[in-house]
Amino acid sequence: MTAVRIDAKELHYTPLNQQIRKAICDGTKEIIIDNVLGQRFIGDGIRGDDVTLTVNGVPGGDLAMFMSGPTLIVHGNADHAPGNTMDKGRLIIHGSGGDATAHSMRGGRVYVRDSIGYRGGIHMKQYMEKRPILVVGGSARAFLGEYMAGGLLIVLGMNGQVPVAERGVGSGIHGGEIFVRGTVDEKYLGVGAKQLPATAEQMAMIKPIIEDFAKAFGIDPAPLLFAGYSRIAAASARPFANKYTPE
Amino acid sequence: MSIGSTPLRFKVELDTDRCMSCGRCIENCSYGVFQRKDNKIVVNSRNCVACHRCLAFCPRDAIDIYEKPTDYRSHPVWTREVREAVFNQAKTGKIIVAGMGNVLPYPIIFDQLVLDACQVTNPSIDPLREPMELRTYLGKKPAALFVKEHKNGDTELLTKLAPNLKIETPIMIGHMSYGAISLNAQTALAKAVTKMGTFMGTGEGGLHESLYPYQSHMIVQVASGRFGVDINYLERGAAIEIKIGQGAKPGIGGHLPGEKVCADVSCTRMIPEGSDAISPAPHHDIYSIEDLKQLVHSLKEATEWKKPVFVKIAAVHNSAAIAAGIARSGADAVVVDGFRGGTGAAPRVFRDHVGIPVEAAVASVDAKLRQQGIRNEVSIIASGGIRQSADIAKIICLGADAVYIGTSALVAMGCRVCGTCNRGVCAWGIATQKPELTKRLDPETNAVQVANLIHAWTDEIAELMGAAGINSIESLRGNRDRLRGYMLDEGLLKVLDVKTVGA
Repeated sequence: MTAVRIDAKELHYTPLNQQIRKAICDGTKEIIIDNVLGQRFIGDGIRGDDVTLTVNGVPGGDLAMFMSGPTLIVHGNADHAPGNTMDKGRLIIHGSGGDATAHSMRGGRVYVRDSIGYRGGIHMKQYMEKRPILVVGGSARAFLGEYMAGGLLIVLGMNGQVPVAERGVGSGIHGGEIFVRGTVDEKYLGVGAKQLPATAEQMAMIKPIIEDFAKAFGIDPAPLLFAGYSRIAAASARPFANKYTPE
Repeated sequence: MSIGSTPLRFKVELDTDRCMSCGRCIENCSYGVFQRKDNKIVVNSRNCVACHRCLAFCPRDAIDIYEKPTDYRSHPVWTREVREAVFNQAKTGKIIVAGMGNVLPYPIIFDQLVLDACQVTNPSIDPLREPMELRTYLGKKPAALFVKEHKNGDTELLTKLAPNLKIETPIMIGHMSYGAISLNAQTALAKAVTKMGTFMGTGEGGLHESLYPYQSHMIVQVASGRFGVDINYLERGAAIEIKIGQGAKPGIGGHLPGEKVCADVSCTRMIPEGSDAISPAPHHDIYSIEDLKQLVHSLKEATEWKKPVFVKIAAVHNSAAIAAGIARSGADAVVVDGFRGGTGAAPRVFRDHVGIPVEAAVASVDAKLRQQGIRNEVSIIASGGIRQSADIAKIICLGADAVYIGTSALVAMGCRVCGTCNRGVCAWGIATQKPELTKRLDPETNAVQVANLIHAWTDEIAELMGAAGINSIESLRGNRDRLRGYMLDEGLLKVLDVKTVGA
């Protein structure tokens, strides 16, 4: 089946999503959306493991929210919370992501070529085979991986950027892991987060993910792989266990 | 130990003349009060929480439980509770946490409001003879209807109607998650609401597979932890509720300790077994009223605008202004949860000291929405501290469309309001995940009891309406003329917009 092209010029997000849903329902495997300019909720709650959507332009907030299956590629920057509570599939952003990128994400992968805003990967969580992955090429702002309950978050700090140099990294983290190329200044670690150099075993685990990230953006993975990484995880699986006493 | 033991909270007495040593008390007590020693049952009163499970199952009425058997020196300022909290925190240095709602003896506004009845000039209506309309539709109502008349005489409705939830009684069951309560308890509630044509909330714990047959009577909750939330879950629910806050602990998040995350709870919440389930205080994708609108719209967009979206807030000082913002966010109903609401666990300081009563909050929300001409945009659901049908009639007079009950539904299943839900060893099989305890709660019989309660209260509301000469609940809603305040101060009468008795 041939690709379906949707012109999003001056189109509200609801009819846009209706067209996307209809195309998926009709069995289309490739959907290209042109002239996107600020429409929110693109791909909100859509299914279809073998469907690829290409967004040309700058989508609005909550891109691919609750998405469960498809691959969504954005040629542009994404606004607030791309991949919010995403369940399955891939979100590939050829640009930057806004605040709360991959918020509460529970499965699938989000790749952001450039940088993300505040609270990236906040409260990501995992269950059984569902393990969300967020990879950021550039840098992240404060509260990265806050309240993280599961999943994997990698910040590469490409183009000479410091991966994260703001406070609250992994604050309240009680599951999952954050890898950064280089190290995070200890003063930026949040309550309950602990940083250690990544082991060879851990590096072997993230290697194919970094390679896949590099492939998605046509980047040479070599400089990313031959580098030292730090792993930030929970100092305790029960950060709040000793806070309370029964009445 | 410089503080030593504090006096017993309860004293359990076994009448040895009546006791036949059958041991049912030993089997039933999950707190370890009873023990058999040398063919005799011995009692450790210190473990007792007064859940009454033992005496409910004692065949000989041989058990009595007395509260506070030892006196402190009485003092109006230094109450027993205040002193014991100091002892506790001096020993532990921790935040005190407990189950159930507010325990401070604040005056109850409901009990200082009285309802009206007809005498002579307009006759009361006999609900046995006349139909009483208690059906309620929750959701947006259009401000105006536009119609087009066709030549053949047909009339076409041009206004697009928003989806509404149809309830046969204004009583729904509030959000108590699987995790906070057992699956058997949730199943009993689900069967009851399905039978009664009403709805229940899932709480923030996902929807267990075995409850799918009741999904058309479930309101699925999306809270700050997003536990159990995926597109399937959203599509299953009859409506979706965004939980911003909770009356029992306004302003803070929730925390299901790892011990309660058993295999099944883990599956429903979609988190690993034994891990803490932490719901942050705010939704981290909502930092403003504009962001709330964004979440409301994202949920509607994900479910193709087929489902009403509710927003639940704790009743706090500025509830009215907050509700006005919610009404403009695209939400279909606002749930106002008063400071008497129950919970599985709340810090004592929040439970007892933060928030306002639901009566005042609902009255001010209703008034604000009417003032701004947007009352039709949202329904108002009152919750937190609804104990009897009279409370429901009164809160509807103050502007609510419907209520959520929580604790009362649990009491209908045997809960004695002992307030130790946080311990996870509920002897009634309600607030626990221990299989040997949850199996005590039979979903079938408990569903009947919960349905009975809703049925009885619905009948009582119909009787109260009939007595007031009202045959439709819509005429009761916001009908403050049918209420009078008894010994309420002028300021509160003004907030409630109710006259004093005699006026």
